[in-house]
Formats: sequence, structure tokens, C-alpha cells
Amino acid sequence: MPLIKGGRFVADRWRHLDDAAPAPEGAAVAVSLKRWSSERDALYRRKGELGLRLPNDVPPTSLGRDVERFALVTLSFPRFTDGRAYSQARLLRTRLGFEGELRATGDVLRDQLLFMRRCGIDAFEVSERAVAENWLAAFEDFRLFYQPAEDARPWIARQRAG
Amino acid sequence: MYRYDEFDRRFLEARVAQYRDQVRRRLAGELSEDEFRPLRLMNGLYLQLHAYMLRIAVPYGTLSPAKLRMLAKIARRYDRSYGHFTTRQNIQFNWIKLEETPDILAELATVEMHGIQTSGNCIRNVTADPLAGVAEDEIEDPRPYCEIIRQWSTLHPEFSFLPRKFKIAVSGAASVDRAAVRVHDIGLYLRRNEAGEVGFEVLVGGGLGRTPMIAKTLRAFLPKRQLLPYLEATLRVYNEFGRRDNLFKSRIKILVQSLGIEKMREAVEAEFAAMGESPLELPAATIAAIAAHFAPPAYAPAGAADEAMLALARAGDPEFGRWLDRNVVTHRAPGYAIATVSLKPPGKPPGDVTAEQMELLADLAESFGLGEIRVTHEQNLVLPHLRRGDLPEVWRQLKAADLGHANAGLASDIIACPGLDYCSLANARSIPVAQQLSEHLAARDHEIGELRIKISGCINACGHHHVGHIGILGVDKNGEEFYQITIGGSADENAALGAIVGPAVAADAVTGAVDKLIDVYLHARRAGERFPETYRRIGAAPFKEALYATH
Repeated sequence: MPLIKGGRFVADRWRHLDDAAPAPEGAAVAVSLKRWSSERDALYRRKGELGLRLPNDVPPTSLGRDVERFALVTLSFPRFTDGRAYSQARLLRTRLGFEGELRATGDVLRDQLLFMRRCGIDAFEVSERAVAENWLAAFEDFRLFYQPAEDARPWIARQRAG
Repeated sequence: MYRYDEFDRRFLEARVAQYRDQVRRRLAGELSEDEFRPLRLMNGLYLQLHAYMLRIAVPYGTLSPAKLRMLAKIARRYDRSYGHFTTRQNIQFNWIKLEETPDILAELATVEMHGIQTSGNCIRNVTADPLAGVAEDEIEDPRPYCEIIRQWSTLHPEFSFLPRKFKIAVSGAASVDRAAVRVHDIGLYLRRNEAGEVGFEVLVGGGLGRTPMIAKTLRAFLPKRQLLPYLEATLRVYNEFGRRDNLFKSRIKILVQSLGIEKMREAVEAEFAAMGESPLELPAATIAAIAAHFAPPAYAPAGAADEAMLALARAGDPEFGRWLDRNVVTHRAPGYAIATVSLKPPGKPPGDVTAEQMELLADLAESFGLGEIRVTHEQNLVLPHLRRGDLPEVWRQLKAADLGHANAGLASDIIACPGLDYCSLANARSIPVAQQLSEHLAARDHEIGELRIKISGCINACGHHHVGHIGILGVDKNGEEFYQITIGGSADENAALGAIVGPAVAADAVTGAVDKLIDVYLHARRAGERFPETYRRIGAAPFKEALYATH
């Protein structure tokens, strides 16, 4: 599945583990929240980068300081019209200070990519269509924004103030 | 009036270009209809029964002559030479071709107009008191705050895929409500606190539709500078916790109902507190810069000759006198008046305006009205700055164009949704019922006095039937159109939901039924009592008796 990161299509270096699959030392692995909850201490101590799959009905603030252990959090868009993960993304960035990779998964479509990025999502799992239809252009649909978000881009009221 | 600057213009051009590409991709098959639907809706484009419908935003109901002339041009060129003003101060065109919508939006952009967020599960076009800035009873003009909210909410990255639509209304009036604030997802009243500072009372969870509710106070006093952070906190709570499993339970009113207003308040205040110092806080200079766009126009001094001329015209024409009494209210500036232009000629579809009428209104606003036209949620227009001495001439021209009816707020001034004549959601027709009723009631208008009749063609309640003094709801009974009647509702500062009188009546029995309800009211009313007050005093029984008694 193509992955957009840093303005281009890249290979996914993460292994997304089923709850039963072993977590090899040293590898970059992502686990479900359920697994994180039941194997927290072992996963915490394990050597290697750790990622978390966060369901979209769990407030990210419930992770607390644990969020510092993760280098990746994947957010879920079960349907592109389900916008809960936009708020999760912003809370992870501003409220929890999460600086790792924030990845959109699920029904991730071209016309929502810019909204997602503005909310602090910086990696996007997309379908094969994305390559053929050059979805990278979507990030340039707008260069002016009416509100501050998590992308540190200037916003109009601030630009007006000079 | 707000004028776009370079940022607004470039933003809107980018939006049109993005939409043009989305339509191209849809027509090329790159986008499925499911993928395209939310995108077109967020540009105001619906697919209705017979054609596409384009809903164009009229932010807080303020139009200029140039905008109105553009709407007339679009009506002629892309539609059937008329448009329909809605209960949210917008205008919609009913016979639109998808292929032409990018060009329409490009034309609209040249006069600073668009269809952004007039539909979709996002923050909708913000509405306001149509008499903002001219009413005598105002604490402060609400329009600068509407504009601030408009800008903040436009393509908001976090809140474009909410559980359901989200409507905000703002009123600056101290004691009356002309904006139906209490039936909005968030309602804002400008208020003065004990220290004399102006801020907002924030209400939440109002709305009509399947489960009508009156909004409750979320925060009694919010300092102005915190307006946007507080809205963001409220929207975030809704986005996270609003239901998404059932379309009919997804509005914020259901969340407020299930949590209770206290828990809702706790959740919003907790989020608001956790936000800390927000970049969204409004410096006084930012508010002042936006407010400068809405500074009062240069009014001429009142002339003594004006009053003499007005008195003469009134004496010479009782019809003009009735129009003055019914449709004209006092302006804040001496020598000026505010006139309601009724879009409810008896027997015509409520809210419809032809291209010719739009052009006439643009001319009148330009020649006599300091270049402004307002849209009301009651589907009428307002000329907010008329010299009192010009009223006879303005009325003469309005009357010649079938726009001079003296029925503002009267029984024939009916609100109605497009209903089954256009709408894909409707169960029954609204417009023919409104036509039949207004035709019949026009003769009784002045005997009855103020009466608010509101008609919806389905439970989604776009015609606000729940808050009509008399509300009429179209229902489908085994393929036949029936109408359920409610009484005692109100959309103003004493907002109340009407109660169902009894079993629905057939289409051809509606006029007779409304007549009977009015007869009960006229018989029982005390001096100065409006329909809802009489209803609350005497109860439903006499109305039920009149409608359903078989003896």
C-alpha cells in the first residue's frame, strides 16, 4: 500500500503486528491499543521503536505520558466522512506534544489530505490510485488558510496583522 | 459591509479552482458519487428530485446591489430566471446543471460570493439578526462576530467532517430575537455583564428536525476575545463524542440531551481550560479591524419636508398606510426607516424572487437604500437604510413589481420549505399549501394581526413548523399527502415548540382547519395577546374541539 510522507511516496519501514504475532527485538513494530494495554511493561522495555494503532473513539489524552514511548501513532478513518481522528491528531500534537509520525489509515482520499496535514498528520496510507492520479498535488490546493492549526503555516488573520 | 481583501480573493479563487478540478474528476470517473457528494455539498450543491440545486451563501444575510445583480444574472443564465430565499438567509437555485457549477461559482467569486459550507456536515453559513446595525434595541452589531466566525470556520481542517451539520446564529439585540438563535446548534447573544463589558451568552443544543429542541445556556458570559477558542472547544467535544451511528441522533442537541447540560458544560469548560492560551484569542485590534467594515453609513440629516411628504402620502393612500404600519420599523438614525420587502404575495411561493425583481431591488437599494439589502430567516428581504421621505416612491416601485405587500409578520407571510415540488427528502408538498393558505388568509390579515404560520414538507423541518404559531408538517399516508398541525410554537426570545393538535388532515382540509384555529384565537384573545399567549392561557382543548368535534 503506498505511503505518502515528506511530500513523496515512500516504503513503509514499520511492521504492523497482529495481537498474536511476536514482537522481535530491535524492529520498528506497531501494535494495537488492546495489545499495548495488556503487554505494556514488556513492550515498554523491549528494544526498538514502537508504534501504536489508536482507534478513533479513544481520547488520546488517556495515553498520558505513555505517548513518549511511541515513534508512530496511526489514526483511523473507517470512512472518510468520519472525522474524529482530526481532533485526535490535533490533541496529540498540541496537548500531548507528540512529535513522532502521525499516520492516517483507512479511507484516506485525495480531497482530505490537506485537512489531515493541517491537523498534524504527516504520513498517509493511500490506495494505488494515489500514484496514478498524483495525489501529492492535493497539498498545494490552498496556500492561504483562515485558521491556525498544527502545520505552523501562516493564517490569514495573522498575515493581515503583519 | 465586509469587503474582501487580497487574502479573501485569492482564497476564494483557490476554492473555485479546487472545485473545478473536483467536478472534472467526477465527470472523468476518478471520483465516485459517494466520494464526490460531501465535496459538492460543501460547495452548496445538492442533487434534488428533478435537477441539481445550488445554495449560495449570503453571510449573515447581507447583500449589496452588485451581489443581487449577479444573482439575477445567474438566475437568467443558468436557471429559470428565479431564485428562492431560505430560512437560513441563503438563496438557492433549483434547476442547475452540474457541468455549469464551476462557472457559476467563478462568476459568484467576482462579487465575493460562494456556496461554501451551505451544506455538508460542517459549520454552516453563520446567520444574524437581519436588522443588525440599524435596530434601536441593539447592544452591539453582531455582524463583525459573524464575519470572524465565517473566516475561522471556512474550510476548518478539524471540523469539516463533523457527525452532522452545525448551525450558528448571532444576535446583538438586547431583548428581542429576530434570528431564531434558540433553535441553532450554537446560539450567541451579545450581552453586557455587571461590569458593563460586552461579551456573549453562549447557548447550545437547539435545533428542529426530527427531535426539536430549544437551546440551553452553556456559558452565561463569555468575554469577546475568547469567542473562537470557546467555539473550538465546543466543536471539539462534539466532534469527539457526538454520535455517528445514527443520522437522526447525530446533532449536538442529542449529545447535550444524553449528557445533560451540566456534563456538557463540564466537558466544554475542561477542553477550553486545557487549551490554555490560544492563538485564536481575538485581540481588540482584530475585532476593531473587522468591525470597521460594518461602520454605519453616512446618514443625511433628517428633513422636516420628509415627514410632511410622508404624512401626505399616507393620507392619500390607505394601502400605503398599511404598508407603513406593517412593514416599516424605526431606524436608529433620525429621518431613516427600515422596510421589509415581502416575498409573500398572496398565492405565490414564499421566498421566490425573479431576476427582474432582484434587479429592481438592487436599483432601489442603490438609489434610495445606501446600497444594502438584508435577507431575513422569514424569507423576506429588508431595505435597512431608507430616507423616510423616500418611502412613498420606494413603495410605489415595489408595488409595481408585486413586492409591496403589507403583510410582514401577518398570517399570509408564511414560511415554507421547497417541499416535494423540488426536494428529494420531502414527503409532501409545501408550496401549494402555502399558496392556498396565503391566498385565503390575505383578506383576513389585518383582522388577525401578527401570526406566524410555518410549513415543512417533511420531518427535517426546514420550514421551521415546530416554532410556528401554527405549524404545518407534511406527512405521507399510504401515498397520500396529509398535514399534521401544531400550535403554540415560537421562534423568538420566548422560543417554544408547538404541540400537535390532533390527527393529520388531508391537503384540501388544511385551509379550513387553519381558519378554525384562527377563529378560536380571535374569539378568545385579550387585547395585545398574540396566538401563542392565548394558546398558553386557554390551553389546547378549545382548538382541538374546533378542529375535531363532530357535533
